[in-house]
Amino acid sequence: MALSGIQIYKLLPQTNCKECGFPTCLAFAMKLAAKQVELSACPYVSEDSKTQLAESSAPPVRLVTLKAGTEVKAGNEVVLFRHEKTFYNKPGIFVRFKASDGDIAAKAASAHAYSVNYVGMDFVVDGFAVEADGGDFAAAVKSVRGATDRPLILIGEAAALEPGLQACSGETVLIHAATDSNWEAMAALAARYKAALVVKAGTLDGLAELTEKIKANGVEDLVLDFDTTQLGKWLATSTQVRRLAIKQNFRALGYPVFAPAYAAADEGVFAAEAIAKYAGFVVLDKFVPENVYPLLVLRENIYTDPQKPIQVQPGIYEINSPTADAPVLITTNFSITYFAVANEVEGSGLPAWLVVTDAEGMSVLTAWAAGKFDAERIAKAVKGFDVASKVNKKRVVLPGHVAVLSGELEEELPDWEIRVGPREAVDLPAFMKQALN
Amino acid sequence: MPIEIPKDKWPGSIKTVTIGATAAEGGTRAKSVAIGGQNTMPYLQFEKPTPNTPVIAVEIKSRKPEDWSPLLNKPWGEAMADPAEWAKKAEATGADLLVLALTLEDTPESAVKAVKAVLAASGLPLVVWGPGQAEKDNELLVPVAEAAKGEKIVLGICEDKNYRTIVATAMANGHLVQARTPMDVNLAKQLNILISDMGLPMDRIVMDPTTGALGYGIEYGYSVMERLRLAALQGDAMTQLPMLVTPGFEAWKAKESKVGEGVPAAWGDWEARAVNWETLTAMALVESGADAVVLRHPESVKRVKGAISELMAA
Ligand code: B12
Ligand code: SF4
Repeated sequence: MALSGIQIYKLLPQTNCKECGFPTCLAFAMKLAAKQVELSACPYVSEDSKTQLAESSAPPVRLVTLKAGTEVKAGNEVVLFRHEKTFYNKPGIFVRFKASDGDIAAKAASAHAYSVNYVGMDFVVDGFAVEADGGDFAAAVKSVRGATDRPLILIGEAAALEPGLQACSGETVLIHAATDSNWEAMAALAARYKAALVVKAGTLDGLAELTEKIKANGVEDLVLDFDTTQLGKWLATSTQVRRLAIKQNFRALGYPVFAPAYAAADEGVFAAEAIAKYAGFVVLDKFVPENVYPLLVLRENIYTDPQKPIQVQPGIYEINSPTADAPVLITTNFSITYFAVANEVEGSGLPAWLVVTDAEGMSVLTAWAAGKFDAERIAKAVKGFDVASKVNKKRVVLPGHVAVLSGELEEELPDWEIRVGPREAVDLPAFMKQALN
Repeated sequence: MPIEIPKDKWPGSIKTVTIGATAAEGGTRAKSVAIGGQNTMPYLQFEKPTPNTPVIAVEIKSRKPEDWSPLLNKPWGEAMADPAEWAKKAEATGADLLVLALTLEDTPESAVKAVKAVLAASGLPLVVWGPGQAEKDNELLVPVAEAAKGEKIVLGICEDKNYRTIVATAMANGHLVQARTPMDVNLAKQLNILISDMGLPMDRIVMDPTTGALGYGIEYGYSVMERLRLAALQGDAMTQLPMLVTPGFEAWKAKESKVGEGVPAAWGDWEARAVNWETLTAMALVESGADAVVLRHPESVKRVKGAISELMAA
């Protein structure tokens, strides 16, 4: 449980020596409780206090980081519902290969090369899983490793996994899975290769018992598998685990969660539930772009900070190298809005100046309804970004949804021609060709 | 010592709302459909069983829509030109409810005719939407409500600017209303208050907090639904209503579903992607508390129905 300022104060030297930069130990303790300073700023804390403070400030859901050429982090979450604050570490999306699959290297290479753009962000598959299902496991792992530098999950029994782990030295791999019957061998393997370890059991008691035993054997980077993909049971278990961790600081279940979508009846539907409901690692059966892309978008949406809509920097954007004859289009700085417009214009090949006003990250109509996208703000942007110096013809195009603003804008920008464009961005290229000559 | 499973105990619960009336209940539906009634966050049946299975409605229109994705012509085909045929085909997908959306071209006569044809063709309970312009909605929905008297249909879409006429006709003819507000807990509450102040009992309102599609603002709808459900469970009477949302309408507006050419190769196969877009939008909303989701593609109906039955089976 996080300690209060007063509780922390009791663990400090209480000499008010000021070396931390604060007038009193109490002031420093308050800042520590608010996580605004580091404990290391006080040179005089005792070792004993340090341990107690570290213990108490450990996150309720342990942060587990898989490392190779890139990293995937899971855990460190603090809420049950995204509106309470935000969800932090997006679940890693992995694609599984089987050692017995043909042409693993080629499959891994194409999945590795995949990249998809969503409102200006490039998303990729975060890592890959290799399952030891017979055949030459070390060779399979090496083929995947040759094709991608992203983190790996290795699935199988301890004896089968070892040659695979040898092929990944220096990395933090996740191995799957320790159960009631094999946990000693798996824990030994995880310890030897400094791997993170998935612990699998069908009940909370079973999971907690295993994590405690394995932790006592020195392996702390653990991940939980509920041994089911039944949507109702998975949801219930995942909710219970998150509640126990966050509300009761129940350490034995304070670990990220593994979601084996590859085993589900409907992989997409299960993965969607897993993303919404607390998964840390989601493993898909196959790499299929039309399945992966919606999941990457869902993950981005669920993990967006509710206090900060995704936005772009206000400014004047050049699309298709505009000259002084190119039209001036007005929009807001909500990312989805900006990219809807920018992508259409860019795709059409027509040059344009896109003036992105500061509408506090809201869509056209939302911002208009909230008073953040009005004639005054638009005029301020047009003047502030010195649009007049860039074009021959003083003419701006408004989004069709805010046609009502044109009168007021004429007053704000008396020497400009105000035109009303179509309502939807898809219709912009046709409008630009026909109406703007 | 076994772990004590952390259970929330809530003072409030969602009202049960029944849509459609059988012969015994004064209508002609083959069965009526009950939604709501929960006393937990969605599907947390280790606390209390979920009393009513959330339902799937299929959206059909009074005339063939011109602006729908061509992918939707494939499953529905010729039937799209005839609401009665379309209704039968929609029922065959396993839908629990039908939504009949009227259009701006409809007249009161054509609207009534379409509603009667659908009621005759299918035994499913019905939701009827006006075309979405306050005046036209009133012009069409009043005669529709009269013609369907006793059927307990849901009239939509009631918003703060047009709720009065719709609520009055729902009261006069024994129907329900769909109350829509733009993704805001307080606005949803306020509209429910306005509607119940007119005298419509709470168990005849379904709340539509509005949603966005995957990639187009779904996170706002998702969180508003979670917050509405939490408020209801905490005992706020004016939010204790089942929620109906329209992932089909929203998802099929998205470029990902609508457009097959000139889009990034990384988007993959168009048809599978479009169905995924609708299914995943709906899934996220089911997880955040939807009691009814309105869909357009039969494959999404099948997948979301499968998911709901798995969630109910736990
Ligand atoms: C998501 C959403 C929200 C989110 C905000 C998301 C955000 N960051 O902006 C939240 C929940 C916060 C919200 C809040 C509100 N909302 Co709101 N919201 C929506 C919703 C559902 C989607 C908006 C959206 O993201 N659209 C997608 C973007 C891409 O669309 P867009 O910006 O318009 O861009 C398109 C076009 O305009 C065009 N375009 C854009 N730029 C340009 C430029 C040119 C030159 C051209 C030609 C075209 C063009 O291209 C784009 C793609 O086609 C709409 C309803 C709906 N389904 O549309 C309501 C809606 C916009 N909201 C509305 C309202 C009333 C509000 C609130 C005032 C109510 C409230 N209290 O909740 C608040 C205001 C905000 C505040 N005070 O904080 C109303 C506005 C009504 C009106 N006509 O005035 C709407 C229409 C809902 C409704 N039917 O009542 N909202
Ligand atoms: S440095 Fe340490 S002992 Fe000195 S005032 Fe700060 S907290 Fe107290």
